[in-house]
Amino acid sequence: MSGFPILSLMLLVPLAAALACLFLEAKPARNLALAATLLDFALGVVLWANFDIGGAQWQFTERVELFSGFSYALGIDGIALLLIMLSVFLMPICIGASWKSIDKRVGEYMAAFLLMETLMIGVFAAQDLFLFYIFFEAGLIPMYLIIGVWGGADRIYASYKFFLYTLLGSVLMLIAMLWMANTAGTTDIPTLMAYDFDPHVQTWLWLAFFASFAVKMPMWPVHTWLPDAHVQAPTAGSVILAGVLLKMGGYGFIRFSLPMFPEASAYFGPLIWGLSMAAVVLTSLIALVQHDMKKLIAYSSVAHMAIVTIGLFAFNVQGLEGSMLIMLSHGLVSGALFLCVGIIYDRLHTREIDRYGGLSINMPRYALFFMLFTMASVGLPGTSGFVGEFLSLAGIYQVSTWATLICATGIILGAAYMLYLYRRVAFGEQKNADAAAMADLDVRELLMVVPLGIAVLWMGIYPESFIAPMRADIAALDARLAAAKPEGDSKVAMGKEKPVHEEVSAHEGAH
Amino acid sequence: MDWSQSLRLIAPEETLSVAGLVLLLIAAWGGDKSSRLISILAVAALAAASFLVAPALCGGAMGPDTSAFFGQFRADAFASYAKILIYISAAASLVIAPKFFDRFDAMRAEYPVLVVFAALGMGIMVSAGDLLTLYIGLEMNSLAAYVLAAFLRTDDRSAESGLKYFVLGSLASGILLFGMSLTYGFTGTTSFSGINSALSSGLSHGALFGIVFMLAGLAFKISAVPFHMWTPDVYEGAPTPVTTFFATAPKVAALGLTMRVMLDAFGDQAAAWQQIVIFISLASIVVGALGAIGQTNIKRLMAYSSINNVGFMLIGLAVATPQGASAMLVYLAIYVAMSLGGFVAILMLKDENGNFVEDIPMLAGLSRTRPALALGLAMIMFSLAGIPPLFGFWGKFVVFQSAVQANMIALAAIGIAASVIGAFYYLKVVKIMYFDEPADVVKGENDIWHKIILVASVVFISPLGYLLTKWLGGLADAAAAALYFSL
Repeated sequence: MSGFPILSLMLLVPLAAALACLFLEAKPARNLALAATLLDFALGVVLWANFDIGGAQWQFTERVELFSGFSYALGIDGIALLLIMLSVFLMPICIGASWKSIDKRVGEYMAAFLLMETLMIGVFAAQDLFLFYIFFEAGLIPMYLIIGVWGGADRIYASYKFFLYTLLGSVLMLIAMLWMANTAGTTDIPTLMAYDFDPHVQTWLWLAFFASFAVKMPMWPVHTWLPDAHVQAPTAGSVILAGVLLKMGGYGFIRFSLPMFPEASAYFGPLIWGLSMAAVVLTSLIALVQHDMKKLIAYSSVAHMAIVTIGLFAFNVQGLEGSMLIMLSHGLVSGALFLCVGIIYDRLHTREIDRYGGLSINMPRYALFFMLFTMASVGLPGTSGFVGEFLSLAGIYQVSTWATLICATGIILGAAYMLYLYRRVAFGEQKNADAAAMADLDVRELLMVVPLGIAVLWMGIYPESFIAPMRADIAALDARLAAAKPEGDSKVAMGKEKPVHEEVSAHEGAH
Repeated sequence: MDWSQSLRLIAPEETLSVAGLVLLLIAAWGGDKSSRLISILAVAALAAASFLVAPALCGGAMGPDTSAFFGQFRADAFASYAKILIYISAAASLVIAPKFFDRFDAMRAEYPVLVVFAALGMGIMVSAGDLLTLYIGLEMNSLAAYVLAAFLRTDDRSAESGLKYFVLGSLASGILLFGMSLTYGFTGTTSFSGINSALSSGLSHGALFGIVFMLAGLAFKISAVPFHMWTPDVYEGAPTPVTTFFATAPKVAALGLTMRVMLDAFGDQAAAWQQIVIFISLASIVVGALGAIGQTNIKRLMAYSSINNVGFMLIGLAVATPQGASAMLVYLAIYVAMSLGGFVAILMLKDENGNFVEDIPMLAGLSRTRPALALGLAMIMFSLAGIPPLFGFWGKFVVFQSAVQANMIALAAIGIAASVIGAFYYLKVVKIMYFDEPADVVKGENDIWHKIILVASVVFISPLGYLLTKWLGGLADAAAAALYFSL
């Protein structure tokens, strides 16, 4: 496999299909988009299968000096591999979700989605600072069009807000990147990850990157674009937004902020904890009173992302691994939840929770899957949500017990709003005749939710498959952070093992 | 330095002068019927001139060998870079014109002749090594430009725009001339290198005033804030091919001239003018962005967009380093492509009777009625906004990079944050074309030449443009080095 530019091929397949879709009618465009995304998924599987766990840190590297000032450099580590897998896994599902619900300008729609896929893979695979920035920013254009053209009633406002908010967040990052490239004399990300910037300057650089990633993540209080964007976007747009685009913020923290500015990260750690604690409690409470299903899930995303940030800034292996797992899990689960909302929205054309009720009677299969994803979102053991949240909170416990206490309430509140949502939608009496008459999942919809369900359970029952590829990278990051790590307040100490024979003799004495 | 050497160095100017005079004679005898032939010959003359300047650019010509007529005229790589852009813009403005003027039955034989003379004047501007050469070139260009603005005699707006341009342009020339006389008075010379060495011992108050007045006059010519007021009116009123010309070639020439004056004549006095340029540049970015938001005429919008873009380019000047100059030149090339594409796309917006559509709300739903045109215009808009992966981003990137390299982080940070304001109105155009219900106004058929120029510029500003970054950066570096060598 060495030498074969598989990452470039993964970028090229959706890009070529996107260009072709522009010229195609609705039906062939759908088929081509599905074929291209499935092909890319297959390539992703090949990528994972050939990824040498425990091998070199950066694999599948490609480097061509194509441009002046920066180079076309690709390469992945375990962290990037998993996020690329998430992207290519969700894309065919997104195309499936848009199969029937999008009937105007299908070619352009599919082109926008395929372009989005290229850019997402590019973000995770880029090994050059400015190549990363270009992929990162370029994602705004297709998403702006997806929300604006195929979105709901208030789509124009939401699309502007999405675009300008995220643009303002990231332009300052560009200045910081220019400074870094100028000072370090390289734009190579792996080199920069080991470069020690002056701690005073780090704080400014960190803040510039934070402005971008906090908006993208999104962290409270700059999260307000997310509910608008989610509610107005078409189902597949929400899936990709929640599933992958939000992860770019977390990926940014783990790839740039933490390894490149460890001192500044430690310095600003309490800020992150404070914002995350506020986010967990406030957005969970806001989610509790929503009447719109998509808005509820959007707010729950903000709460989950706050647990990601708290784990990232715990500066230990548990926290970092937990955050990665929450990101992967949330990508699957929130994507699946938006899909579940989309499925009933396609039937009744409303997202109002009160318009549904008792769906478990007429849609038992739907209720089953919706239940699975609800539980995964709550963090029930056995589902993907549990592993990440537990690890993340275990990580932060070593640093700040208060942050753990408050963030753990998020799990309880999460259970409250998700179960409340589920009760109102799936249980109770069938008070609306039209909702009661809805048909259960058809084959197309089953083909979308079953893989998601399997992935959620797989990650919950055997998370080792997902932890193994990134273990070495997380350990390297932890080692990089070791010097700057803040002292914890919990004073975790290993318990002393009691000598076995004493216990035995004590037992004997009792006899 | 003998005469033959000097005459050899000004070969492109000689070509254009002779071509202009001959074409004038053809026009005088052949009348308006010959306008097509004259246009073709004018484009040929511009192409010939481009071939004549190309070797100096590719060879990175600099130093005493490029200096003609005792330092009054410089045919170095910098001048060649600017001239190529000017000739391309002028040729494009000629190619797109006939279809437009035919509509008003106003295609006169003078149009190509005037464009050739304007291009000649602009070539002299960017080659100037002396204040007098500068002024001759500037006025030669301006006189032709005033007439071009008022070219559509039957249209009141065109006449108004010509008059405004003339009155305000003369005022600016006067201010510039006043600054030049102060500079001459306090340095005792009009040659750039002479001024530079005269000021090496320090800057007197009188010479400082000279710099300020010259900058004011030049700011008018590049339509930078606070001397930008004429731009929207002139851009709106002038016939669209002429607006295309104004937005590209004279911009290149005036910016090139400003760079020559500031970095060459006053190069050692950067501390004296840097603050002024920083103010002008940030003010242009902000005013250009805010002013555009309320516009409903797309030509006015493009006028504000050009003010905004000039602001970004001036950041490269404010930096006052070779990197800054090189970044400005790269930005200029990309800006010319974006402006040409943008105005040609505007020329292609015609209703079913062939009338030109300039109202932005009339573009509603263009993506459904004319998808290719809408895609081209949307790409140009995103590129002007500087959103990657379009090539417009690269212009901003190199400019900000030069600012960061010169440790002017605050300037870069404020400039880039202000660019987000500008993104809003570009998005608005995209929103109207893509999100709104079709107004179904734009229906007219289009000329093949318009399509060719639009496609060429869209391909250039597409992500494929990044493949040119090495080549373009190399040329711009050579040109900037030539500019700095003559110090």
